[in-house]
Amino acid sequence: MAMTEASGSAARESLPARVQKLFRTTAFKLSLAYLAIFAACAFFALGYVAWSASRVLDDQIVSTIDAEINGLSEQYNAGGLRRLIGVVERRSREPGASLYLVTTAAGEHVVGNVGTVPGIVLATPGLAETAYGRSDAEGTGHRAIVRIFTLPGGFRLLVGRDVEERDRLRGVIGRTFGSSLAMVVVLGVIGGWFVASRVLKRVDAMTRTTRAIMAGDLGDRLSVAGNGDELDRLALNLNLMLERIGELMTGLREVSDNIAHDLKTPLTRLRNRADEALRGSDSPQALRTALEGVIEESDGLIRVFDALLMIARLEAGNAREIMAPIDIGPAIRGIGDLYEALAEERGLALAIDAPDGLVLDGNRELIGQAVANLIDNAIKYGAAGTGSDPRITVEARAEGNEIRLSVSDHGAGIPEAERARVLERFVRLEDARSRPGFGLGLSLVNAVVRLHQGRLALEDNRPGLRVVIGLPAGAQTVEKR
Amino acid sequence: MLAPAETRSPPPPPALCTEAMRLLIIEDDREAVAYLVKAFREAGHVADQALDGLTGYALAQEGAYDVLIVDRMLPKLDGLSLIRSLREQQVDTPVLILSALGQVDDRVKGLRAGGDDYLPKPYAFSELLARTEVLARRRGAGAASAEATSYRVGDLELDRLSHRVSRAGQEVPLQPREFRLLEYLMRHAGQVVTRTMLLEHVWDYHFDPQTNVIDVHVSRLRAKLDKGFPTPMIHTVRGAGYMLRAEETRAP
Repeated sequence: MAMTEASGSAARESLPARVQKLFRTTAFKLSLAYLAIFAACAFFALGYVAWSASRVLDDQIVSTIDAEINGLSEQYNAGGLRRLIGVVERRSREPGASLYLVTTAAGEHVVGNVGTVPGIVLATPGLAETAYGRSDAEGTGHRAIVRIFTLPGGFRLLVGRDVEERDRLRGVIGRTFGSSLAMVVVLGVIGGWFVASRVLKRVDAMTRTTRAIMAGDLGDRLSVAGNGDELDRLALNLNLMLERIGELMTGLREVSDNIAHDLKTPLTRLRNRADEALRGSDSPQALRTALEGVIEESDGLIRVFDALLMIARLEAGNAREIMAPIDIGPAIRGIGDLYEALAEERGLALAIDAPDGLVLDGNRELIGQAVANLIDNAIKYGAAGTGSDPRITVEARAEGNEIRLSVSDHGAGIPEAERARVLERFVRLEDARSRPGFGLGLSLVNAVVRLHQGRLALEDNRPGLRVVIGLPAGAQTVEKR
Repeated sequence: MLAPAETRSPPPPPALCTEAMRLLIIEDDREAVAYLVKAFREAGHVADQALDGLTGYALAQEGAYDVLIVDRMLPKLDGLSLIRSLREQQVDTPVLILSALGQVDDRVKGLRAGGDDYLPKPYAFSELLARTEVLARRRGAGAASAEATSYRVGDLELDRLSHRVSRAGQEVPLQPREFRLLEYLMRHAGQVVTRTMLLEHVWDYHFDPQTNVIDVHVSRLRAKLDKGFPTPMIHTVRGAGYMLRAEETRAP
């Protein structure tokens, strides 16, 4: 469904817009850059070839001319000007002959197959490339490489070769050069386009999927081609991230569901009390009692919210500044003293063993509250077991680098399978449902322990439960207050 | 929940402090201010209000108040700066800080700034009233009574030096913890003392115990003090806490 919708929207895009999008892709830009570099290389390579070929041709022409000149000078040495003229005349008529011209010092034509040559060329001895006209044909559209000699008596001898052949070859090389470059550019652009659109297609698919996920379909995942390239790795990592987000969201949803569910009960109770008071007797005393009950229920609710907020703040974990070196012994004994009377009231003995001098970096209030919660739990559930020894033991010990606080009871304990679960918010085991409480006590303990970078373990006390808090021991000693 | 026997007796009147207090409430939440002003008036006190820090500072400087109730988050001048400025100006009116922040170290910061007590929101009015009355009293005769070496309420006597307690001349044996509890109650005799105030001053902990641990201690102390006497010393104030008072003078 999502796919067809998405491709439909892609088809609705106008062509220029799609081309523009293609141009903007990294793949296309990269292809273009490579193409430019490759074209420049090809240009220089081909240019060098063309230039060398043209030089070879020129050299060949010059050496032919030089050979002719050697021959002619031999004739001149042997028979003088007259013989030279005869030879030139004969050679001029041979098919495919070179170019020859003998003039007087004034430039008048004596013999040779060259008709017209610019006077300036004739006047300067040496090698030159020039336009010329043949004496046996019309027009001056030809070009030649010529060598001029000055003979005794002011006569000039010109020997040369037409360069038409060479120019044609040069033209062929030039055209090949141009068309190859054009081919490179066209193929490069097409290749770049191809690569870019392939990449773009995958990226677009990823974009569509992520958009669908953002729209709320958290179960969707990016498709992985399986070739392990960078897009695949990206997709894999994004999928892992989605997985993690999904887990967190599920956790969060569970917590908020629990909060909503567990707050509904006291809220309903609150409402019922108010309702009952309205419907019931009109005596001010009864109304007063009902209102007091309502306030009491509200206080309970406020307490729950306070605990929730506190857990949330502790879990945010930015509380290093509230830590100080504390001697945990007196702090624990204070809490024990606070709960001793309550424990006795419930027929339980509370034994505290917490010596002085156990120092750790922490917050006395928070650790105190955590231990208070544990003792409170032990008092609530410690008497319920089959154990004949109704004793709660609170201990503080130094073990290696750890300060270990433990609260043990001889109650029913917690089945091993449930131990991880009871640390969550609002989790209350079956037996506990009938007693007052919200299932936040252990969550708060857990949050406090994590803030102190400690560990929390629920162990079997055979029978009963032993909760052990391991906190990193502090280096400093406590200054006496 | 423990329900002490006294809860059946008619509730005492809301105004338990003999003298009326003059209060200044500095808080920007109009609804909260209106509620507090009304509630304090019903309790027999006079409460003025300021809706921002600067106004509050100007009013507080005049110094005619027994207690200032200051919210931490205030427009124009925040609560802690206000308190610091007042202390610099040698204004020593007791200050109770109200805070919605409720962070673990908020109390410390608030007290360090010069506050005398601290109450996180949401609070019960009874708690606020009790703490305010204690602060006002401390200002009046408080300094002297805190230094007193012995307290006497009715026929109950407590000697702070010899750690002895007697009622009608008859010695009452108390454990150290019970002694500290009674000491605090007697220092604030005639005033409502809440459970959290007892936890703070007797055990030096500021959290809110989920179970009524304090009630057990108080009922034990009460059993020791009142055994064999026709009139109780320690009275339960419903929805608020406890009060140590010589005799129930009003007819039921």
